[in-house]
Amino acid sequence: MKSLSILAALTLSTTAVADEIWVTNEKDDTVSVIDIETLEVVRTIEVGERPRGITFSKDHSVLYVCASDSDTVQVIDPESGEILHELPSGEDPEQFVLHPDDRRLYIANEDDAITTVVDTETRKVIAQIDVGVEPEGMAVSPDGKIAITTSETTNMAHWIDTETESLFANTLVDSRPRHAEFIKEGSELWVSAEIGGTISVFDVETQEEKAKIDFEVQGVHPDRVQPVGFEMTAGDTHAFVALGPSNHVAIVNAETYEVEDYILVGRRVWHMDFNANRSLLFTTNGVSGDVTVIDVEKREAIKSIKVGRFPWGAAFRPTGS
Amino acid sequence: MSPYLTSLIAILKREALRFVRQRERFLAALVRPLVWLIVFAAGFRAALGLSIIPPYQTYITYETYIVPGLCGMVLLFNGMQSSFSLVYDREMGSMKLLLTSPLPRWWLLFCKLLGASAISILQVYTFLLVAYLYGIQAPPFGYIAALPALLVAGLMLGALGLLLSSFVKQLENFAGVMNFVIFPMFFLSSALYPLWKMAESSRLLHDICALNPFTHAVELIRFALYAEANFAALGWTLLATAVFLGLALWGYDPVRSGKRHTG
Repeated sequence: MKSLSILAALTLSTTAVADEIWVTNEKDDTVSVIDIETLEVVRTIEVGERPRGITFSKDHSVLYVCASDSDTVQVIDPESGEILHELPSGEDPEQFVLHPDDRRLYIANEDDAITTVVDTETRKVIAQIDVGVEPEGMAVSPDGKIAITTSETTNMAHWIDTETESLFANTLVDSRPRHAEFIKEGSELWVSAEIGGTISVFDVETQEEKAKIDFEVQGVHPDRVQPVGFEMTAGDTHAFVALGPSNHVAIVNAETYEVEDYILVGRRVWHMDFNANRSLLFTTNGVSGDVTVIDVEKREAIKSIKVGRFPWGAAFRPTGS
Repeated sequence: MSPYLTSLIAILKREALRFVRQRERFLAALVRPLVWLIVFAAGFRAALGLSIIPPYQTYITYETYIVPGLCGMVLLFNGMQSSFSLVYDREMGSMKLLLTSPLPRWWLLFCKLLGASAISILQVYTFLLVAYLYGIQAPPFGYIAALPALLVAGLMLGALGLLLSSFVKQLENFAGVMNFVIFPMFFLSSALYPLWKMAESSRLLHDICALNPFTHAVELIRFALYAEANFAALGWTLLATAVFLGLALWGYDPVRSGKRHTG
């Protein structure tokens, strides 16, 4: 009996310290929690309708989830899984980004063609900025001075000055931009275009396009090669790019902008996130309803984990938070 | 040295000598699965669809899927080829010489089987090496774990060849037998497509595949190559080996064949 309780305590302590990946399941209205040690789903949490964008506060003490069809951003206690309160997000929030001040959330309202800025402390809308039609991708520069919204139908990246909460530039990208990221300490902005099949690289200083990355997966029709979410490895040396219905993730050299490798993952790969030291990457595969784990160094898919229906976004939660 | 060991070494030497002298055969045995791997698999890559089945932990390309089946193919063709050589030996008389040895016939035939399996396994590892260089790589321990699986599968298919050779008396008839044995055995198995895929089009075909001992040999190799044991496949393959070997020994029984000659 004693040994049993020791075993139970050990198991509990292991569970408590293991890092996690949190995944929104668009069609199940749930969030699946994956234990990074065991690579298994350890918890499933009920959230609002059609959860998509997912991110943690800086100290990982609260979780923000875009419940698109509930027209709200839910604030969740990751320990208990309880919904603490909801934020006024505007209609149909799809993606968002948390400002480095850990306070302002920049939310893309897909149906309203606006970007809503919400103060997570006062729970009030600070600003609503008119952008192009069907805004989706959101990014904020590391210094917090610039926020980006990409609009799917207008095919633009909209540059927002976070001091004045107003647009100061608009740049054209290829068809249906989905995701944006600032890299190399904020000197470059990358924007993926799903239908265009490219990633446009902008010089942030001048807002001018400096490179374009193309993809070609052997044996897959070019129409199915659709770049969506992407994340950078440690030191921003390489980008891992989800290529949607081509069921592959591309590895792009961030210096040469050349694709170095493609990795087979599940069906309609959408977004992703890394573990703490960026040695493992977790991709959400919408159609096959699973998350593929990639060994970053070996550039190999090592396991696919069943989650809910249509996993969409992924966010990392570290040990002991 | 025990006469058993002497005969084992002598037969193994003969098999090795035959192997060394027939380099074209070795190349042909290597080219066949490579053509399937590099040409056929490329064409079917998109058609197979995606699904995770044990022992795989994630999605795999079609090329990766068919490698264990192609290992089985090498063993299957070699098992048949070896039985073909037995028929040839019998026609040429060297078989008679071997079987007149005072040692038990089952031992001599088993040595022959072991020799042929060893050569087959060598060919399989050469194929796996080329596949590795082509980019289809199993976990390192899998290559060691595959050895006993390949031996069991090789013995089973060799025993099947032995059984066939005991009933086929003339070289001319052998080509037909190969067509009627090799092709159905290979295509009605999990070598080229997973059984769930077969079940989608025909339940009957799926059941036939599930009964085919070659399916179990392939699955045994597949799991071993990924450092996992598949006891069901092992059991079925061992059972098939015992049945084929028993029937082959019965077929080679001098009393029985003597009766037939006189009768």
